[in-house]
Formats: sequence, C-alpha cells, structure tokens
Amino acid sequence: MRIDNRFLPPILITSILVAANLSFGILEGWERTALSIVVAIGTEMVLGRITYGKWPHPASAYISGISAGILIRSPFLWPYFFTSFISILSKYVLRLKGRHIWNPTNFGVSAVVLLAPATVTVLSIQWGNAVAPMAVIWLLGAVIVWRVGRAHISATYVAAFLVFSFVRSALTGVPWLATVAPITGPMYQLFIFFMVTDPKTTVRSKKWQCIVVVIVAFVEMLMRLAEIVYAPFYALFIVGAIAMVIDITRESRSSHRPA
Amino acid sequence: MASLAAVRALNQNAVASLPADEGVTDLRFGLQLAESAKKRGVDFVHEAPTFDPKLEHIMPQVASTGAAVAVTDFDRDGWQDFYVTNSREGSLNRLYRNKGDGTFEEVAQSVGLADVNRSDTGVSMGAVWGDYDNDGYDDLLLYRYGQPQLFHNEAGKRFVAAGTGLPRRVNANAATWLDYDRDGRLDLFLAGYWPDDVDLWKLTTTRIMPESFEYANNGGRKYLLRNRGDGAFEDVTAAMGITSRRWTLAVTAVDVQGSGYPGLFLANDYGVSELFVNRDGTHFEDVAAEAGVGRAPKSGMNASLGDVFNDGRLSIYKTNISEPGQLVQGNDLWVPKAGGTGVPAFENLATTLGVDLGGWSWGAQFGDLNNDGAQDIYLVNGYISAGERSSYWYDFSVIAVGHSSIIGDAANWPAMKGRSLSGYQRKRVWINDGFGNFTDVAQAVGATDTNDGRAVALADLRNTGVLDVIVANQRGPLLIYENRVAPSRHWVQFELEGTKSNRSAIGARVELHWNGRVQAQQVTAATGFSAQNSRTLHYGLGEARTVDRAVIRWPSGVEQTIANPSVDIRHHVKEPD
Repeated sequence: MRIDNRFLPPILITSILVAANLSFGILEGWERTALSIVVAIGTEMVLGRITYGKWPHPASAYISGISAGILIRSPFLWPYFFTSFISILSKYVLRLKGRHIWNPTNFGVSAVVLLAPATVTVLSIQWGNAVAPMAVIWLLGAVIVWRVGRAHISATYVAAFLVFSFVRSALTGVPWLATVAPITGPMYQLFIFFMVTDPKTTVRSKKWQCIVVVIVAFVEMLMRLAEIVYAPFYALFIVGAIAMVIDITRESRSSHRPA
Repeated sequence: MASLAAVRALNQNAVASLPADEGVTDLRFGLQLAESAKKRGVDFVHEAPTFDPKLEHIMPQVASTGAAVAVTDFDRDGWQDFYVTNSREGSLNRLYRNKGDGTFEEVAQSVGLADVNRSDTGVSMGAVWGDYDNDGYDDLLLYRYGQPQLFHNEAGKRFVAAGTGLPRRVNANAATWLDYDRDGRLDLFLAGYWPDDVDLWKLTTTRIMPESFEYANNGGRKYLLRNRGDGAFEDVTAAMGITSRRWTLAVTAVDVQGSGYPGLFLANDYGVSELFVNRDGTHFEDVAAEAGVGRAPKSGMNASLGDVFNDGRLSIYKTNISEPGQLVQGNDLWVPKAGGTGVPAFENLATTLGVDLGGWSWGAQFGDLNNDGAQDIYLVNGYISAGERSSYWYDFSVIAVGHSSIIGDAANWPAMKGRSLSGYQRKRVWINDGFGNFTDVAQAVGATDTNDGRAVALADLRNTGVLDVIVANQRGPLLIYENRVAPSRHWVQFELEGTKSNRSAIGARVELHWNGRVQAQQVTAATGFSAQNSRTLHYGLGEARTVDRAVIRWPSGVEQTIANPSVDIRHHVKEPD
C-alpha cells in the first residue's frame, strides 16, 4: 500500500500529538486542539470555495490547525480560534503574484504572541523526560521529510542551529548545553519538520532553500542574543517572507523575459 | 487587520484591573487595607540561606522559599498569635504573641522556638500548628530543608522538642496535620521537595534539579506519619499507598468525596497535581487524573479551599506561573461539579471567574475580606526581585525546555547574575461578588507592596470581626495589612474544640445557612503556601442580622446543628459527646 505523500505530515503530527497526550497528558483538554483544527479547516473550506470556486484539500489546513493547537499555550480559548483563523486567512490575503509568502502557522503564531503577550505563549517545555520518544519523533520526522524531498532543509537548519549555538555560548558565557537545549524540545520538532519545510513557502531552488534556512538560523541567533524568546518564529517570519518575495519577483521576471 | 486588532483588544481585556486611586480611603469595595506591622511591634525581615557554592550561580532560585507564617492562639488567651520562619543559617524564627492591645511581643527566644536554623539540621521552610496530644495547647511542627522537628507546647509557657519516629531529613516545603484514620489523634503529612539524600550544603553532584520542567518525578518522597498516641509517629506512607516523588510545594487536607475521611491535595512544581482520596482510612488513592485536577502539568505553588459560589461546594485554588510574553500557565480554580456521589469531577473555572492571571503566583487564601457574605481571594506573587531593569526570563525559558540530561544538571543552568525573574509584581485582592465573579481591587484597597510574597495567612488579629492579612515575603519584610470593613456589615465566627475528634478540630466542616445562602468552610492546618490561617472560621454576612443555622460535621462523624446563632460574635463550640 502506498500512502499519498500529502497525508504523511498530517499522519506524523497526529501521531506525535496522540502519543504525547497518552503518554504525558500534554493537553489540558482536547477542546482547544479541536477548536484550532475545526477553525483552520473551516476557514480553509470557506475561503477556498469563495476564492477558487472549489473545495480545497484539507490536509494543509489540518496541519496548520493542529500545529496551532499544539504550539499555542493559553488559559483562554480565543487565542486558539484566532491563531488558526489568522493563519489560514494569511494564505488568502497576503499573496504576491498568486503565491502566499508566509507559512500559515508561522504567521499566525508570530502574530498572536506579538499582539497578545499577556495571554498567549508558545509551547516551551519537554514532553516527558525520556530519550526514546524524542528519538522516535526525530526519526519519523526525518523519514517523512526525506520522502517528501525536504530533508536537506531540515538537516541544514539543524546543523546551522548547532553551529550558531556554539557561537552564542562563546559570546555569552552560557553553557553550550543550555544554548542548545531548545532544539531538544517538541516546539522545534514542529518547527523543523513542518514550518521551515513548507513547500508552499520555500524558495524553488534547492541550494537557496538551504541558504535561506542558514540565514533563518543566523537571524534567530541574533534575536536570541537579544534574549527574544520566540526567535525562531520571528526569524522565519522575517527571512522567509523576504526570500519568498525575492523568489517570486525573480520568477516573475524570468517568465516575462522574451525568449 | 480587523482580526489582528481583535487579538490585541482581547489581550488587553485579560490583564485589566482596577487602578489605585491615590488619596481615596473610602470603602468602595467594602474594605481598606493599611500596612501596620512596625506600628504593631512586628519588625521582621526574612533572610535566605546560602547553599553549596556549586549552586552559587542560581542561588536566588534554589534558595527561593522559606518565608512562612502560621497562626494560632498558642497561649489560649483568646487572641491570635503567629509564628514566622527565617531561613539564613543562624537566623532566628519569631513567635509574635498578641498582647490584645493592638500590638505584639516577640517571644520565640523565651519559649524555645527561635534558634532553629543550622546547616547541619537544616533551615526553616515552614511550620504548622496542631494539638497532636489533645492537651488543649497547639504544638508546632517545624519543617525544614533538613530535619523536621516537633515542639510540644507546655501550657503556652514554653516549647520542648518532642515526638519520635520523625524522619532524619526531609527537604520539605509543605506539611500538614490531618486525622487520616479518624482515631481522634492528629497524624502528620510531610511533603519532600528535593530528594532526601540531597544535602544542599554539601553537594556530591550538581545533578539535583528536576528532570523536566513539567513532567518531573525525581523530587522528594512523602511521609504519612501515624500518631500512635504515645508521642511516637509511625511511617505508614508506603502501606497507605502514597509513593509520589513529585516536587511538592503545597498541600492541604480535604475530603472531596464526603466520606468523612480526609484526603490530600498536593500542588506540585514541575508537574501535575495529585489528589489522594482516603479510602476509609485503609489506603490512599491518587484520583487526580480521573477527577480532572491532575491532567495538565504546571508549576503548582498553592493549595487552598473556598466556597466561591456559596453553595456548599469547596473548590481548590492552585497557583501557577503567568508571565506575559514568556509563560502563561494560568492559575487553576478547581470547582467540583454538582451532583453525583463519590469522587467528583472538577472543572477549572479560573479563567471564567477571572482569577487565573496572578503573575508568578505563590500563596493565596480564601476569606471574606469585606464581610459581604462571599469568599474573596488574597494572592501574593513575585519570584525573584533583583535587578530592576534586567530579566533572567530568557535564560530560564531556554533551560526549561531542555531535555532531562540538560535541565537536570544545575551546572547547565545559566547564571542569574543579579537579574530578576518575575520580580516586583503587584498583588491581587480578588473580591467575589457572591456569584463567583472576581474583581481585582488590590491597588485600590491598599495592597500595594511589590515584595516577593510567599505565604499569606488570614486572621482576626484584633477580635473585631474582620480578617486581617499577614504576608511573609522572601528576603523581605513581614507585612500586616490591617483591614477596615464597612461597619454596616455583620459577621459570625466559630472556634471549634473537638472531644471525640482531635481537639484542634482539624478536618471539621461548618455549613452556615443564612438569607438563602449556604457557605461551607473547613478547619484546616496547612493551607495556601507555607501558611496556616487562624482555625477560627469567619463568615461575613453582609447586611443580614440573623443566621438560620450552622451545621457542623466533626471529624468523628458527629453532626451538630446550631439554630439561629447570634451574629457579630465568636462562638466557641465544643463537640458534643
């Protein structure tokens, strides 16, 4: 049996969530995650139908919704609604020459933590403390990004993060293990496997995909030196969008160039 | 754009509170607080311990507790006294005797309760009063990062070391008295925070930290010590099924199933809460997950009980961390769902009722602060107030997410370097409108300090029918907020004395019926964080001048009804034979 590649990321992320919740009870209640998923898919359906006149495939919206449900932490319900809603909305509103320029979840999460810092934060803890589940997630994630042809992006980002964490440690005097600690958490697993690899919001060239994530990691390092907690989201928000604008503009010029 | 604007607006709504109104001393909210510790002869500043040099870089964090307060009338003169703990090696604890004229005298040294902080035996983290031998005088259990110690009260004149069978070392931040087997004698529960084999002054390793920020199970063990009645205590922890190794910061005894047998609620740091129900005194069972209170791991720091809806249901208030832009766990107000029998399901209504965001919250107590007939909440907060313009939050968030091999080793924790971590926070005085809607009026009523609050205790210190507030601050001054309440409001108090039950009546429950309302309160030992309220139960009545009845359920199972108790007085009630 061969599984449609479009279903692999949703299957992985759902498996991670279910396993983590059954093992560690990471969710205070399913309603928050369910709300995020329902809002994301619902918004996608409505906007897709209005914009293109047909029902879009729900896999992408499902990933956005479940990612928002996992990443957002708040005692309130409304941030889960808004993050999903804004994430999907950004795909349809913030477009350049027919392509959206932000990864939807990255846009939604960045917006909501920037605008509502008193009530919303991002997942910032480990799920449990055993090595095995973490290793399984990394392995599964690696296999899936490899199957969908995006492993080089994830690998380049991880390598760049590790290198820059040495630099941060040298500059600040903070133990290296502390500077590298964030990447051992589930937030980064989502970031590495689902955000930086998003096919719709990465540049076309394989070489430039790698260069862009190195720049993302570099900007993240600068932000971390400035003690900005949500550095990876903001770095991708800024660098990813600039890269996309350049890529789309270049592509547009080349397509209009006379033969 | 409209969506983004809505997010901003909702965020603002969540943090709004009533501002201070300079110069206003009216009773808009039915109370006014005035800090008066020094005026009353109380001049105490808590000092923190200094542990092994290997922890020097994070000393403010590992030495962040120890400011505690426990209220009782130790000499039975009819006035509430209180004991406060200090934590620096060689520092002295204080026992403030209420002289009845509005002032206190410090008597700890003369009665033998002062010099108890030594690195070899440990430094104080808290204390809890209870009459373990039923002689009519409350004895004192002192818990430390080190050896717990029981002091017998010799007729209110002096205290002598007593009790055998206590563990040699428990690095405890919480302890309580309860009569778990209902034999009429108070038993002890001690909750370890650091593991017992950690000597904080002589570390053999730096791998002493929690193995996870929210899933840690490598903290201190717990002790349930049965009072044998001959001055000896017997360790029955394992036999009673309590095996927790979580990092407990607060405990309170509560009977959530209405069986008459008290269980235990544990607010745990770095993990989920635990709710041990007591199966008829034969064993304890953790039902936290199925009851709903133990599913989402947070940083629990407080356990207190209150009837927020005036319907006879006791809710559990547990505090956690909320720091804008960093970590918003939100406090939990666990309200039991109505109906059914046995262990109830709880739902967290903290957000709905507006008592979720309290900063880096520590101790909190329920009490009718304005005598309007509804229980309010007084909450203290603030973790480490150091450099006013520098924050450790970024480094804290980085290490918190680390894998156990990283977070578990103190050597990996970034140095604090004099930075604050959720310091200088504004306290909360949440006034309950009687329907469970809470409004923060702290700044408006005078609770304006920004110390690093730890313990808070409520007591009628002047015998005026009003709850005053005592606040113990870490590395800060002890505060007494004298409370002034609108004079038109009535009240009634009940001071219980057990006969078949333990003489302190710990575990007794009183339901007061008046004006169509019913409010339940329970006599507790430990409540809040490292605190003990006055055991006298205080009920505000609003404008009502009459009470229908008070129904007392004693720990022995005896039920007693007092019809039409007089108002504006304290009733001393002895358990009927």
